[in-house]
Amino acid sequence: MQEMMKKKAIELLQSGEVARVLGWKKGEFDYDITPAVFESAEEIENEFIYNSLCSPNLSKYLVKESRKEGKTLIFLKPCDSYSLSQLITEHRVIRENVYAVGIECYGKTDADTIKEKGIKGITKITENDGVLNIETLYGTEKIPVYEVLRERCVNCKSKKHPVYDELIGEEGETVDDCERFDEVAKIEAMTPEERFAFFRNELSRCIRCNACRNVCPACTCEKCVFDNDASGIAQKAASDSFEENMFHIIRAFHVAGRCTDCGECSRVCPQNIPLHLLNRKFIKDINELYGNYQAGENIGNRSPLTDYTQSDAEPNIVYERGGKDNA
Amino acid sequence: MLKIKLSKLPILFDALSDKNKLYIPADTKGGARFLQYENGMTMTKELNTVRSPKDLFFPQTENLMDFKLEGKKIEVIDTREECEDFVIFGVRACDVRSFEVLDRVFLSEPIDTYYKNRREHGVIVSLACNRPEETCFCSTFDIDCANPEGDVASYICGDEMYFEPLTEKGSELLLNLSCLSEGSEAPVYECKRNIYEIKSKLPLSTLSAEKFGKNMTEYFNSDKWDELSEACLGCGTCTFVCPTCQCYDIKDFDTGNGIKRFRCWDSCMYSDFTKMAHGNPRVSQKERFRQRFMHKLVYYPMNNDGLFSCVGCGRCLSKCPISMNIVKVMKKLGEGKDE
Ligand code: SF4
Ligand code: SF4
Ligand code: SF4
Ligand code: SF4
Ligand code: SF4
Repeated sequence: MQEMMKKKAIELLQSGEVARVLGWKKGEFDYDITPAVFESAEEIENEFIYNSLCSPNLSKYLVKESRKEGKTLIFLKPCDSYSLSQLITEHRVIRENVYAVGIECYGKTDADTIKEKGIKGITKITENDGVLNIETLYGTEKIPVYEVLRERCVNCKSKKHPVYDELIGEEGETVDDCERFDEVAKIEAMTPEERFAFFRNELSRCIRCNACRNVCPACTCEKCVFDNDASGIAQKAASDSFEENMFHIIRAFHVAGRCTDCGECSRVCPQNIPLHLLNRKFIKDINELYGNYQAGENIGNRSPLTDYTQSDAEPNIVYERGGKDNA
Repeated sequence: MLKIKLSKLPILFDALSDKNKLYIPADTKGGARFLQYENGMTMTKELNTVRSPKDLFFPQTENLMDFKLEGKKIEVIDTREECEDFVIFGVRACDVRSFEVLDRVFLSEPIDTYYKNRREHGVIVSLACNRPEETCFCSTFDIDCANPEGDVASYICGDEMYFEPLTEKGSELLLNLSCLSEGSEAPVYECKRNIYEIKSKLPLSTLSAEKFGKNMTEYFNSDKWDELSEACLGCGTCTFVCPTCQCYDIKDFDTGNGIKRFRCWDSCMYSDFTKMAHGNPRVSQKERFRQRFMHKLVYYPMNNDGLFSCVGCGRCLSKCPISMNIVKVMKKLGEGKDE
């Protein structure tokens, strides 16, 4: 896979079809992969990498890169492709300046997930036939990738690429038996007090580093309301213990109907907060109230929240769904 | 040397927490964290905490003072509470050094009395690192994880824990603790020998900082910053988990009938960092990114007798969402430079 991608990138760079390539770059260890812009065949040869550890979603970088002279080649896993499609719909990425190459994906892992298994002191990771061979300071471990998949990959919603110019590998289908809403259903089944306590407990760990917001492809405002001093709700200092919670509630509202469930927010959180649960609740509600809707599935789709049809849910539905106490 | 069986640690924790507030690194869903000890809590097996112990001296937000308005009269209320003595247990060598880095900032004139107050009341029990990880590079900054500093140094040897007082405060802490018994030096030597063996195998053990702490203009103008910073999200995770990041902002909150003046951590990675009337002097993410690393590797050591303000704890290595970090910066910037 990696070799085919490198070949493609070099070919398009050399023919002048694209001016730069957005991909993943080798790190200090085998797992600390960084998104990078490559501009020459030599850089691709030496530093480009693609394997099961290439978790970061590159789409958001196109907001900037697609405004540069010439086309940018981007490699997209299926979930990244949903993000790009949504960004194009929102006119945040200039489609004409993008050369999108979809790549097939069997799921990704990362250092955090591997370390959670108690594997520490990693010095080398190689991958063979879906099995990671992990050398550590304290011995060698073998572990199949599927045992250390990130949550978003365990519950992958689709192996399809809603936007691409070319594909490397097989195009997949949406995963119809995906269980991504199971966790949300469990939370819905809690009493309001339990639910409140659950989220308070999770969100209380937030250190407000903003990684979740800054990585989010749906958060591309030029000036976030939380960075705006004049808004009176600017970030940095929590005036009370609910402030961090409020930040997340507001952010979840801001991305409602636009969040593609790419899973980046939960991936980057240094405090392990399952942020995707908030967003998935919105997605699930939208599905139930307005009919199934997947943000990013088609370029140009209108989100039910910014559209009107006569069959839209009436406000009283909230009351009917669980009584005003649960609303 | 004093010792205790690991299985008896809770007795020690109970005894210490009877007299003082005690903080130990404990597991949470968000990784290990220093938490105030309560009966029944156990110490984490993780090498280090996600948030650093600087929290206990320089908290993320703190109320500096309040103002009360009555007509044209403004009353200033000192909101500081008398700080009680407290003990931080299990601090790693890198983090102990971070206190020195912070001291030089907060305890030089004009002295930060909020910080000083906590610092004076804190007793530090450090812990040697039996199993350092690949992200550790404390030795780059001449920190010895087998010989941690602090008020008391501790070592885990087999199923026992050993304690060696290093300061007067430390000796005092260990006085009259009947759960501790006299132990010999030999197991501790053995423990250190093992640590040195692993240390020599750490992938970053050869990383050197010799090239830094000088050549300010050259580094500042390096053309490598573009590439290094291009993927940076400007999130600030690296600064918030860093034990030596020390920047803060001061803000007022209107409470309706007065003002609450807060101080909170700030991050040079943020677009509104050091914002003045004309805006942020560092207009691009590249400049903000450069500030973080120039500060740690060049400005700070130039102003502080060569002491670097990175302690090699590796937190930014494991927590940056895009895996960009100070080691990559050092290697790239240092390329082709003589020591
Ligand atoms: S969510 Fe699906 S498409 Fe995205 S990385 Fe995981 S397995 Fe691949
Ligand atoms: S990434 Fe995690 S810790 Fe950081 S602001 Fe988001 S939720 Fe909070
Ligand atoms: S909110 Fe999270 S899952 Fe949704 S688009 Fe943003 S980063 Fe992706
Ligand atoms: S810069 Fe990184 S490695 Fe250095 S002290 Fe800060 S968090 Fe630790
Ligand atoms: S270096 Fe990494 S952690 Fe720091 S601001 Fe940039 S993206 Fe965030």
